[in-house]
Amino acid sequence: MIDPNPRGEVWVFAEQEDEHLSDTSLELCGKARELADRLGVQVGAVLAGWNVRELSYRLIAHGVDQVYHVHDTRLEYYRTLPYARVLCRMISKHKPQIVMYGATPLGRDLAPRVASEMRAGLTADCTDLQIGRYTDPRTKTVYDNLLMQIRPAFGGNIIATIINFDRWPQMATVREGVMRLGEGDPKRTGQIIDEKIAFNDFDQAVKLIERHREGRKVNLKGARIIVAGGGGVGSKDNFKLVHELAGVLGGAVGASRAAVDSGFIGKEHQIGQTGTTVRPALYVACGISGAVQHRAGMEESAKIIAINWDKDAPIFGVAHYGIVGDLNKIIPTLIKAIRERG
Amino acid sequence: MGYDSIVCVKQVPDTSNITGEAMKADGTVNRAALPAVFNPDDLHALEAALQVRDRFGGSVTVLTMGPPAACEVLRECLYRGADRVIILSDRRAAASDTLATSYILSQAVRKLARYDLVFCGRQAIDGDTAQVGPQLAEKLGISQVTYYEQLVDLSGRTIRVRRNVGNGWEIVEGRLPMLLTVLDTANEARPAAAKRVMRYKRARAPMELGAELAKAMPDAAPGQKEAEQARRLEPLKAKGLCIEQWDLDDIDADLQWCGVTGSPTKVHRVQSIVLTKEGFTAIAPTEEGIRGMIRDLIVDHTLG
Ligand SMILES: Cc1cc2nc3c(=O)[nH]c(=O)nc-3n(C[C@H](O)[C@H](O)[C@H](O)COP(=O)(O)OP(=O)(O)OC[C@H]3O[C@@H](n4cnc5c(N)ncnc54)[C@H](O)[C@@H]3O)c2cc1C
Repeated sequence: MIDPNPRGEVWVFAEQEDEHLSDTSLELCGKARELADRLGVQVGAVLAGWNVRELSYRLIAHGVDQVYHVHDTRLEYYRTLPYARVLCRMISKHKPQIVMYGATPLGRDLAPRVASEMRAGLTADCTDLQIGRYTDPRTKTVYDNLLMQIRPAFGGNIIATIINFDRWPQMATVREGVMRLGEGDPKRTGQIIDEKIAFNDFDQAVKLIERHREGRKVNLKGARIIVAGGGGVGSKDNFKLVHELAGVLGGAVGASRAAVDSGFIGKEHQIGQTGTTVRPALYVACGISGAVQHRAGMEESAKIIAINWDKDAPIFGVAHYGIVGDLNKIIPTLIKAIRERG
Repeated sequence: MGYDSIVCVKQVPDTSNITGEAMKADGTVNRAALPAVFNPDDLHALEAALQVRDRFGGSVTVLTMGPPAACEVLRECLYRGADRVIILSDRRAAASDTLATSYILSQAVRKLARYDLVFCGRQAIDGDTAQVGPQLAEKLGISQVTYYEQLVDLSGRTIRVRRNVGNGWEIVEGRLPMLLTVLDTANEARPAAAKRVMRYKRARAPMELGAELAKAMPDAAPGQKEAEQARRLEPLKAKGLCIEQWDLDDIDADLQWCGVTGSPTKVHRVQSIVLTKEGFTAIAPTEEGIRGMIRDLIVDHTLG
């Protein structure tokens, strides 16, 4: 751990794979910029890999001031131990006050290993981060400018705010898609600092033998319009209604977990706490009750249309337009109305 | 020969069925009102360990940290085939965050000394953090492989596993000892075996007996309960039905790293989720109503 260091930078772990930065890393850069401006400090990013120096410019465009870049063949593919070594060394050397990771499978493998070695706090899967004040109820000590790490807990039934006032850096993994992905300003300038890391034998203990990537087949995060079906759609066959509506709207198809679990559609379409978090311009929820775990993944949508025959379904609590009735009648009517609009 | 495995399991409140009664007025969760269950991913961790033992020989020891009631999940492990179960229970461990928890577990694993593999579920449904596994591996100074889905090969001290990383998979190779966090897609967890249920349903930890006696003999004279507890424990021990119970002293834990003092993260505030009922525009389920809505959406540029 490092001692509280209020002049320390706000850091982002720049996750990259096959020379592509993850969207989440860029989302985090925007958030880091906002937090750092609030604190009056700079933004740093740790970029590790092999031949990825070029990616620094994108990080800088998205708000980073200093890129700590580590170029090493042993970092070509992500492996926990060498990456953890990089982070621990960099944190000990530069003493950032905040370190953020995407709550991706990679980030959630790496961050706890780093936190344990640093004996620092780590909050998982945050959906919001703010700067705030905290008074210790026992000692009455007041801590200003702490990182408020906000996350759902208990299966999404409560929202907890977590703080870490003494064993820094303050670290969090942040859920994908919840921070806004900015445009980036290619004219922004920043510094690239090349760092060397000494690895030991243990860092090489796990070898990558074979690797297979599928790429995302469904692009829910990039979709402007999403039509999602839930348990109320009733069958895999009937799910064609949802596909058809998405088709006429030019949107992507999403689903609740009930629909996925019932085999109506593949897991990669799931939206919510354990699926993808989306914020499209329009979200149409068909036969979805609106359980808190589902809402967590879609309630930030700009416009929400809810179709449900139960007028008390919680989905109406987040909807802008609510249609109470049988989706089997309403969806065909919608499709007809959209086709005719032109 | 064979491989000795340690499985870390947790009893958790069933968060999938949270109802109104489970929330207290101050917005916190009333754990007592929720049914306690075996953390789903941990069942798959246990299964993965049992499969290694069934194929290569060796042993499966299960470790849980929690209140006396958590012995229930240990009995579940015995029903499914665990060789040895241990509960780690100590009030001084309360309010541990993931870092403190992993420290405490690491001390318990160290006390077990001989092990080749440590299995954890990927995450627990009460916190969904997935942090304890990797942190435990670091504390033990061993390598970790998260998102374990399949054992590809195990021979001598070398292990190959396939892990699922969401957008694909990879096969990695490492040397034992190693910690694995197991996905629910890794296997089909075996059910309890009827014979083992018959045998182990009477298994108890000393503190469970203590709690039962405290209820049964509220007016007992000093020393009487303890004597009765010792008397009941004897036959259990003789039959191998006494669940081992450790506290922080048994595992030489440094209290500085346990409980509240050992936890860098503190809960500042909790809010229960209340629906923001701002109201929505009700659309009649008719052609007319729906046409009107589509027009609105075109006017405000939601639809092109
Ligand atoms: C740890 C955890 C994580 C979870 N993660 C997610 C997640 O990521 N995403 C997710 O979606 N869920 C998640 N869930 C599950 C969640 O709690 C709900 O069970 C799930 O969202 C329910 O899906 P549903 O509303 O489609 O189905 P149901 O609960 O079956 O609701 C169906 C709805 O359709 C309506 N309906 C039925 N027939 C019709 C009809 N003909 N016309 C109109 N309306 C009709 C009903 O009134 C009802 O409201 C998670 C749960 C847990 C415990």
